[in-house]
Amino acid sequence: MKEYILEKEYFVQVIRDLIVLAENRKEYFTELDSAIGDGDHGMNLSIGFREVNKNIEAWKELSVKDFYKNVGTALLDKVGGSSGPLYGSFFMKFGLPIKKKGPEEGATFAEFIEMMETGVAIIKKRGKSTTGEKTMLDTFVPAVETMKAEYEKGTPAKEAMAKAVEAGKEGLESTRNIVATKGRAMRLGERAIGHLDPGAASAAEILEIFYNDMPDV
Amino acid sequence: MAKIKRLFNDPYDVVEEMIEGYVGAHKDYVKMCDLEEAQGRVVVAKDAGTKDKVGVIIGGGSGHEPLFIGYVGEDFADGVVIGNINTSPSPDPCYAAAKACDNGKGCIYLYGNYAGDVMNFDMGAEKADEEDDIRVETVLVTDDVVSSDNIPDRRGIAGDFFVFKVAGAKAATGADLDEVVAAAEKANANTRSMGVAMSSATLPSKGGPIFDMEDGDMEIGMGIHGEPGVRRGKIDTADKVIDEIMEPIIKDLPFVEGDEVYVLVNSLGATPLIDLHICYRRVAQVLEEKGIKVYKALVGPFACSMDMAGMSVTLMKLDDELKELMDAPCDTPYFTQK
Repeated sequence: MKEYILEKEYFVQVIRDLIVLAENRKEYFTELDSAIGDGDHGMNLSIGFREVNKNIEAWKELSVKDFYKNVGTALLDKVGGSSGPLYGSFFMKFGLPIKKKGPEEGATFAEFIEMMETGVAIIKKRGKSTTGEKTMLDTFVPAVETMKAEYEKGTPAKEAMAKAVEAGKEGLESTRNIVATKGRAMRLGERAIGHLDPGAASAAEILEIFYNDMPDV
Repeated sequence: MAKIKRLFNDPYDVVEEMIEGYVGAHKDYVKMCDLEEAQGRVVVAKDAGTKDKVGVIIGGGSGHEPLFIGYVGEDFADGVVIGNINTSPSPDPCYAAAKACDNGKGCIYLYGNYAGDVMNFDMGAEKADEEDDIRVETVLVTDDVVSSDNIPDRRGIAGDFFVFKVAGAKAATGADLDEVVAAAEKANANTRSMGVAMSSATLPSKGGPIFDMEDGDMEIGMGIHGEPGVRRGKIDTADKVIDEIMEPIIKDLPFVEGDEVYVLVNSLGATPLIDLHICYRRVAQVLEEKGIKVYKALVGPFACSMDMAGMSVTLMKLDDELKELMDAPCDTPYFTQK
C-alpha cells in the first residue's frame, strides 16, 4: 500500500485557511467567550493570525518545522492571554517530530499524528491541565487519541482524521456540562454549565481545517 | 462605524496608540523600554534599573487604566508590561521588563491572578533566569472574595493597587527581594475586595458591549473583565448595595472590632465621584458599626474596566509596617503623595 503523504503545500494551506478562519469566526468566538469569559478570544486569535498573514509569504519557504515555529512565535508574541501561550506553543512545537526534513518536504500520516501529539503535550504542560477542565484539551485530546487508534487499526488516513474531528466535536460538546477548573470560566462554577468553552470551540474548527485540507488520495 | 460611545481609530491599534499617547503625555515620569523583546509593550520609569533596589514590575491586560500603567514612576512601580485589552501580555515583554528594571537585586512581578497572566509572566521569568541570571519572584493578587472559596484561585481586582503600593514602597527602602516579596504577600493576605457592575464595558473590536445587561440591572460580585458575579438584580440604593458588598468582605478575612483598615472605593470607569462618595459614606458607617477604624481612604478610579458602570470596595487590614509603606511618598502620573 502506498503511504499517505501530506505534502509541504498542505501545511502551508492549513495556515492560509487558519488566517481566514480567525477573521471569519472572530465574532462567534467572541460571543462564546463573552458568555463565560471576557470576550477576547475572537479578537485575540484575529490579532495573532493577522500577524501570521503579514509574514506567510516569507515563512512558507522554510521547512514545516521552522514555518510552524514562526507561526507559533507570532501567536505567542501578539496574542498574550491564555490562547497566546497555548496555541503559540502548539505551533512552535508542532514540527519537532520532522525537524530533520528540508524545506520542500511534508510528512507521512504517522509523522503527522506524532506532530499533533507533540502539540497537544505542550498545551497540557503550559496550561498545567488535562481533559475534563473545560478547555481546548477537551477537543484536542480525544481527537488525537482517535486519530492514533484509527490509524493503528488500519483506517485510511483521511477517514481516521474525519473520525478524529468527530471525536473532537464530541469533546467540544462535552464542555457544556463541565464546571471549569481552569481558566477564567473557573470562577463561574456551576454557572458555566450549558456554555461551550471558547478554546475548545476554536480547537475543533482548527482540527476541521487540518482535515478539510487533507488530500483525498 | 462602531455604535459605541468610545473614541478610537482602528480597533487593532488601540493599545499601541494609547501607549504612544501615554508616554508622550507623561514623559517626565516614564519612557518606552527600548529593548527589542519589549515589542513596544513595556513602559518603564525614567530611572528604571539605575537605583540600588529591587525592580518592581506590574502588568496585565489593557482597559483597566489607570491600572497598571498609571502607577509607574518614582518609588512605586519601575515598569509595566501591557497586554491587549483584557488579555495578559506575552512572555517576551515580561522578560524585557525584568531586564530593564533589574539592577542586580532581582525583580518582583506583581499582577492579578489570571491563568493567562500566570503562563506568560512565568515564561518571562524563566527566560530572565536562563538568559540573564536575573532572579524574578512573583506575588499574585487574590483580593476578590466572590471569585472562589479557595484563596489561591481568586482573581485580583482593585486590591492590586494596595499590593503594588506596599511592594513599591518596600523596594524603595532598598530592601532585598525576599523582603519585598514578604511585604507584598502580607499586603495581599490582608486585602479583600468585592464589586458591583451596572453595565458592561464596550470593546472597540466588537463595537459593542462585552456581555448583555438589561438597563436597570446590576450584578453583585462581577469581575473587572465582566466575569459574572454572584447575583443579578435591579439596581438598588447605594446604601443597600454597599451593605450587600461589605458583608462578604468583612466576613472573609475576617475584619474584626479593633482592626484598622485602609479603604479603597474604586470606580469601574463610568461611575462618577459623586456616587463613589455616597458609597464611601456608607462604607464608613458600616465599619464604624463594627468597631473597625478607618485609617485612610482613597476614592476614585484606580482599577477600571473601561466604560463599565460600577464600583468596588477594597479593605486592607493594617499593621505598623503596612501603614508606613502605604504612607511612604511616591510620585507617578496617577498616584502621588508627599
